[in-house]
Amino acid sequence: MSTEPTESGQPVAQGQPVASARPPAVSVAGVSKVFASRKGTDVTALEAVDLTIAPGEFVSLIGPSGCGKSTLLRLIADLDTPTSGSIEVFGKTAREARIDQAYGIAFQQAGLLPWRTVRANIELPLELHKVGKAARAARSSELLALVGLSDFADKYPDQLSGGMQQRVAIARSLAESPGLLLMDEPFGALDEMTRERMQTELVRICAETGAAVVFVTHSIPEAVFLSNRVVVMSPRPGRIRDIIAVDLGRAEGRDEGLREADSFFEAVVSVRESLHGEAAGAPAARGVDIR
Amino acid sequence: MKQSASLPRTILAPVLLGVLAVALWQLAVVALEIKPFVLPSPVSIATEFSSSVSSVWTSSLVTGANALIGLLIGAIVGIVAAIIATVLPITDELSAPLVAAASVIPIVALAPVLYTMFGADKETARQLVAALAVFIPVYLNTLRGLRQARPVHRDLMRAYGASSWQATRAVTLPGAVPFLFIGLRIASSLAVISALIGEYFGGPIGGLGKSITSAAASSNYSLAYAYVLGAIILGLVFYVVTLGLEKIVSPHRAPSTGP
Repeated sequence: MSTEPTESGQPVAQGQPVASARPPAVSVAGVSKVFASRKGTDVTALEAVDLTIAPGEFVSLIGPSGCGKSTLLRLIADLDTPTSGSIEVFGKTAREARIDQAYGIAFQQAGLLPWRTVRANIELPLELHKVGKAARAARSSELLALVGLSDFADKYPDQLSGGMQQRVAIARSLAESPGLLLMDEPFGALDEMTRERMQTELVRICAETGAAVVFVTHSIPEAVFLSNRVVVMSPRPGRIRDIIAVDLGRAEGRDEGLREADSFFEAVVSVRESLHGEAAGAPAARGVDIR
Repeated sequence: MKQSASLPRTILAPVLLGVLAVALWQLAVVALEIKPFVLPSPVSIATEFSSSVSSVWTSSLVTGANALIGLLIGAIVGIVAAIIATVLPITDELSAPLVAAASVIPIVALAPVLYTMFGADKETARQLVAALAVFIPVYLNTLRGLRQARPVHRDLMRAYGASSWQATRAVTLPGAVPFLFIGLRIASSLAVISALIGEYFGGPIGGLGKSITSAAASSNYSLAYAYVLGAIILGLVFYVVTLGLEKIVSPHRAPSTGP
């Protein structure tokens, strides 16, 4: 995907999935997930979920606690298996996609290995897949520059701030140039200032790499700022309530000014209304961060 | 990490306290005319220590060798057992009561029995006592370390499609190292203590423990204390070497100190 803005300043990838020769980045069809509990009462985490994500598209999953958004992400990542339904990633089964390293992943915790330097942490996936030493070094240097941590290559995670650690985790998730990034509340543990800076950076990084992103979050402004589409989910059982296209333009169009633009507020309002459902302030919306 | 105290303060303060305590001790012995069999003065201990430094040295070598052999055997067996218990949980379930029992029994109590088993003219019994004492903390801490793998790391390894050996090498083993060293640090002092106490129950002469008892038996109390001083130094050497090893192996996870 091009990193150049188009004539109108509009992005290359638009809100809706576009028909293309390439298979969709993610295709979720009729997926349900039931967790069997020890007491014999089963918990339905997800029910009949359908979702298609185009290559290069940024999709946020938002909803109250317990709506299954993290579960859905874990199913796409093949960290769990669905009880029924099918998931395809770039036309392959989730399992094949995982083994072929079709996606990169980042969690709320950076999850860096404390005994490895920043550079060695970024190189970890490459090392596991037997990439040569020189190629590893070249790639990690590129990624360090991308996340602005070139000066910290030889530091250890305990010498970095939380935001910097999360940037390392994002660099690591990009190590194998995946076409899909799965992110489970990666900025959830950061303070608001750092969080906004990281969001701006993530938009830039996604534009540069052209990766599709599935982004789980609690925060409406975060979802709106980052996404092409926001998937609003409701709990017990976890379902998709609404899919809202956000047309804010991508990358260069999304700077700090956007956070104060009318179009941004309109999108925030529509996501908010959808989250709260018909009955505003219903218990369903509890746990949602509306900062 | 905050280390507000400057280097001279962190080193000087305890040294000053030590000097003060020794001076008070000397003063008390002289002023109160305490008999040497109750408490010899620091000066007489120091004099005795320097005049018999070569025999303290050779005794320390004997006890130190026993402690070191015990430490190595106990640590190796402890690490291997912990790995086996992690790979095959059934072995852990079977051995848990034994380990619990072993951790509450004072191991040196076994020394007399071991002397009969291996012969009173051999050092084997003392080395075994040390090894047994070392085994428990090394085993328990390593086992805990091997089970510390964080869920986020497990998820990552699965996401990378890493084989179980790759995951073990990349995450589980390095993650257990700090715990292993906690065990080793406890064990290093235990090894010296056990090897020394083991000498009190019999076996050949030559070690620090035997020297302390024979000096005390011949009413040479200052000499007995000189050997005790040797034992303290030996224990410190074991502890400091283990700590140094830890700093070299895992500089970014050392507990209680910053990078």
